[in-house]
Amino acid sequence: MTAYILRRLLILPVIMFGVTILIFAMLMLLDPIERATLYVSDVPRTATAVQKIIEKYGLNEPIPKQYIRWLVGNKDEVTGEIEGGILRGELGWSHTAQMPVTEAIMTKLPVTLELALWSIGPIMASGIYVGIQAAVNHNKFIDQFSRVFAVVAWSFPTFVFALLMLMIFYSGLDWLPPESLSQWAKNIVWDPTVFTQYTKINTVDAILNWRWDVFLDAVKHLILPVFGLSYLIFAQVMRVMRSSMLETLREDYIKTARSKGLSERVVRNLHARKNAMLPVVTIGGLLFIGLLTGVVITETIYNLHGLGRLFVNSAAAFDVVTLLGLVLFSSFVMVGGNLLVDVLYGFFDPRVRLS
Amino acid sequence: MKNVRKLLTTPISLIGIILILVYLVIAILAPVLAPYEDYDDRFDIPRDGFRAEPQPPSWMTDEDLSPGDEDWHWLGTTEGQYDIYYGLVWGTRTAFKAGLIVTFSTVVIGLLIGTIASYYGGAVDEVLMRIVEVFMAFPYLLAALTIATVLQPKLGKGIVTPMIALIAFGWTSYARLIRGDILSVKEREYVLAARVSGATDMRIVTRHILPNAIFPTLVIASMDIGTYVLAFATLSFLGVGVQVGYADWGQIINFARNWIPVLDKYWFIIVFPGVTISLYVLGWNLLGDAVRDIMDPRLRKPR
Repeated sequence: MTAYILRRLLILPVIMFGVTILIFAMLMLLDPIERATLYVSDVPRTATAVQKIIEKYGLNEPIPKQYIRWLVGNKDEVTGEIEGGILRGELGWSHTAQMPVTEAIMTKLPVTLELALWSIGPIMASGIYVGIQAAVNHNKFIDQFSRVFAVVAWSFPTFVFALLMLMIFYSGLDWLPPESLSQWAKNIVWDPTVFTQYTKINTVDAILNWRWDVFLDAVKHLILPVFGLSYLIFAQVMRVMRSSMLETLREDYIKTARSKGLSERVVRNLHARKNAMLPVVTIGGLLFIGLLTGVVITETIYNLHGLGRLFVNSAAAFDVVTLLGLVLFSSFVMVGGNLLVDVLYGFFDPRVRLS
Repeated sequence: MKNVRKLLTTPISLIGIILILVYLVIAILAPVLAPYEDYDDRFDIPRDGFRAEPQPPSWMTDEDLSPGDEDWHWLGTTEGQYDIYYGLVWGTRTAFKAGLIVTFSTVVIGLLIGTIASYYGGAVDEVLMRIVEVFMAFPYLLAALTIATVLQPKLGKGIVTPMIALIAFGWTSYARLIRGDILSVKEREYVLAARVSGATDMRIVTRHILPNAIFPTLVIASMDIGTYVLAFATLSFLGVGVQVGYADWGQIINFARNWIPVLDKYWFIIVFPGVTISLYVLGWNLLGDAVRDIMDPRLRKPR
């Protein structure tokens, strides 16, 4: 097991190195003048000013030299201070958020995290449950229904779903509004005398402050985005669980258990279910992609000020610094998430550890 | 032949085929269904004035209009008076172009890289597969959105930029897939026989290895067409890609974003384009699912 994790950890720096090169390559698609305007908080107005910036930051030097400077930062010859450098955690200044990119990620992360938190649990639980039911009732109604549901869900664009839901439940029925909180709740949350923001995650903070009215309001605002974010991943989890359960139920040891006279309930819940859940762990990686992609669309449509919305806004404003910072961050999340999934899989499945 | 008959008699795949055929007919007959006047570009949706408020379908209003009139809008207009019907009809061509070109290009690149990696093995394989992993470390849509944004000043708005972005990060899964399949084929006797008889690498790969290994990749690719169409529409929905007023489904849906509080009144700006794109992707997905079930026993899920 240790050797297995070690092997995965050793390959990690290689991948991350590749990721930085790829992101740097995207940056290099811009010419020096375009890049000069990216790295200063004020837009340079004259050609000589642009030229000065290009020279100061060495924007037309050989590419390897620029890459290293991009990684470790630029030393100011006059003051001796080091500026920037993504290895130092400085991803540059975000014009869109009007703050450093790292800070922007930190302030916007709770909104995205809240969405993800409320999505992952229900997706996993309900996906696994429905998948098992479909497998157990093979070719009966629930199985056929889940199959049709999966194909339809797979074809239904997230942004169309989100807009249709808003049409019905917001503008039509006025039950579930967009944004993260109602105005009165916002006033409470932003008032430090009555409300302490421990985690900046609204639902969690509301519980910690014993404000059930705020909690309910936050939940009301979360229902639609969470649904829009979940249905695709739910369909995936359900399908994988179904086919894996079907496969497991055909194994010899299940036959043995049945012929011993164990009840069908015991066979399913104690013998089959645990083993059948293994493949669901492997699609954990897909879960991360689904969430990271989903929040971009969901947050944009529901007007939630999280990372996904920042991403779209900076794309629209050609704020490449923010864009690349966010992509770097999301690929970190992906690589970390995939590592976690692999380790978990090795933990659950002894066969992987030994190979 | 047996497989073709099976495709045509399975209800699910039949629905898929019919859906795709309907869209194909619409795409081919676009000039007849939605005649264009002397515009510079047929993909520019004609506008009926510049008012912001969307107009409902003409057959629902009391106005004294008949089909064929210049002001007649079958499915209404979006914000800025772009004709939805025209946009959806010509958008079918955009969707076919985007889906097929992106799928074809990604498969070709994936085949090339995967074949080179697995055939030569060793260090070549190691390096190429690490590169694949690097590309896979990015969430697909976010990476595509970023590269499309960065490329936009160079290539301008249009359908080329998002297509290149989707291709740039889409080929990795095919490279992996074909690599695995070639690895299992390449040690077989007939490959050895070809090598002993002095065939060139090129000939061995194209004549002996690829025909026996390519099939699963093609099946998966056929299932992915719908996904690519969706990704393309998502990019243009998010404002990266084609210019405003271009006949593209995602772009038309984008107009609905400004009318969220009153969407129930202006339902036609989301329902018609939404149904159009969903049915199209559904068609490809049903077809792909059926192709997988019928053609490839290895990928067939146990029943």
